[in-house]
Amino acid sequence: MLKDMTLGQYYPVDSMVHRLDPRTKLAGTLLYIISLFITNNVVGYAIAFLFLCLCIGLSHVPPKYILKGLKPVLVLMFISVFFNLFFIKGEPVLFSWKFITITQPGLRQAILMAVRLVFLISGSALMTYTTTPTALTDGMEKGLGFLKVFKVPVHEIAMMMSIALRFIPILAEEADKIQKAQMARGAVFDEGNLIQRAKALVPLLVPLFISAFRRATDLAMAMEARCYHGGDGRTKMHPLKYGRNDMLVYTAFLAYLALVFISRKISIGI
Amino acid sequence: MSIIRTDKLVFEYTRKDEENNVTETVRAIDGVDLDIEKGDFIAILGRNGSGKSTLAKHINALLYPTGGTIWVGGMDTKDDAKLWDIRQTAGMIFQNPDNQMVASVIEEDVGFGPENMGVPTEEIWKRVAHSLEAVGMTAYAKKSPNHLSGGQKQRIGIAGVLAMRPQCIVMDEPTAMLDPIGRREVIKTVHELNKTEHITVILITHYMEEAVDADHVFVMEHGQVKLQGTPREVFSRVDELKALNMSVPQVTELAYELKKSGVDIPDGILKIEELTEALCHLN
Ligand SMILES: Nc1ncnc2c1ncn2[C@@H]1O[C@H](COP(=O)(O)OP(=O)(O)O)[C@@H](O)[C@H]1O
Ligand SMILES: [Mg+2]
Repeated sequence: MLKDMTLGQYYPVDSMVHRLDPRTKLAGTLLYIISLFITNNVVGYAIAFLFLCLCIGLSHVPPKYILKGLKPVLVLMFISVFFNLFFIKGEPVLFSWKFITITQPGLRQAILMAVRLVFLISGSALMTYTTTPTALTDGMEKGLGFLKVFKVPVHEIAMMMSIALRFIPILAEEADKIQKAQMARGAVFDEGNLIQRAKALVPLLVPLFISAFRRATDLAMAMEARCYHGGDGRTKMHPLKYGRNDMLVYTAFLAYLALVFISRKISIGI
Repeated sequence: MSIIRTDKLVFEYTRKDEENNVTETVRAIDGVDLDIEKGDFIAILGRNGSGKSTLAKHINALLYPTGGTIWVGGMDTKDDAKLWDIRQTAGMIFQNPDNQMVASVIEEDVGFGPENMGVPTEEIWKRVAHSLEAVGMTAYAKKSPNHLSGGQKQRIGIAGVLAMRPQCIVMDEPTAMLDPIGRREVIKTVHELNKTEHITVILITHYMEEAVDADHVFVMEHGQVKLQGTPREVFSRVDELKALNMSVPQVTELAYELKKSGVDIPDGILKIEELTEALCHLN
């Protein structure tokens, strides 16, 4: 169940995207997300789609894997589609029955919103698939390093994030094991109303939390034993340095952003 | 030259109530005198709660003695200025292989220690390559640790310590969570490191079989060293070991029983081959 969760996990293959500086990928993802909110018509979405395909193609991550990562956010998508579809008023009305009305602007907005979400999540997932958590946090640490001036503990936050990512699959597997153990003893997780189901989760969450705290204590000790003492005086296995490809990618992103801007002026009626 | 020396080492855990008054003290180490030579392979045996882990944590300056002194590579662990040198001199491997891995890519995990020590980047990569080779895990350098077996994970842990260039590795029941194959794999790896890289190994275990090839064995009980000597010396004292609620390797026990019932074989047999040999030479 939880074990199959692919969102946010590194996909270890070698590609040009994998080798980019993590700061480039972080900035690129941010620009891509911004671009999705700039687009307002089909042409813009088509450009965004083609650009995403290009990135995925270059990354050697199988598209199937990316689609799998979308599963956990399906619920969110349904909610957004639901609200857009039924609650946006306007003309012309396409369908009306009792209190349910579906309007053309509502339908359009629902579809665009769903597409936007899919692109947004695929885009950010692609970043985590192609960047090891360490590189990702290194990128954040260096990219946001200026915040240290404001006493933001950038290194600590970055370290916490990378450890969280390291332990997600381990804890997920553990939750799976505990659930099976409780089921073998007669616990029921998938029946009853919402409250009953929530209650059934208690015997799963309590042991999981205890184990997580135990692991945290162990890990803290192991890190100390390996001379960890914060970010001061630390060297890096992968010092961040922009290469030629990074400059190319920044240029490509700016060109893409310009295209998206231009697309706003093009109207083909839908 | 001795790498680890303790003098009347004492450690007490204290439990405190809300007002910070000591409500209970547990004496986990009770006057231990050790002197461990550089390059030795040491095994420490003892029941659960006999103080082995507490002792191990002293060697790495994760705990400080409440009485007596411990020197690691000639440095008193109470000397704060030497803290990082001490932790670099004596590396530590823990029981649960998952809970000591920091990074999601194996080579990055191996490089974690040197990174903390401020080793220059190029040197880190050399050390990582060398360490992974020493534990026979080079092929996995770019992989995620999640799909490894327990024995392989523990070998990565050892590589991570090796990359810090320690003189000594302390292992606190490194095989307790492994299957027999993983267990053999890890023990073989540390024996190799002991021989080829001349690293002092302190292996804490409760599998008697793992202590058989050590140079020196300590048996702990109630925070004290009750028995010590070469494996042959220690394991020939079957009655004393039993009194401490400890088992001996199966062959040793069999040989001991045979001898007790009148068969003429030598004391302290540790391996199946030895027993076969001894039995073949009867009459
Ligand atoms: N954190 C702790 N707080 C209080 N007592 C402890 C703590 N850790 C261990 N002890 C006690 O110290 C003694 C020795 O424990 P330990 O060194 O873990 O033994 P071993 O590793 O040989 O099983 C035991 O009696 C144990 O209950
Ligand atoms: Mg212990």
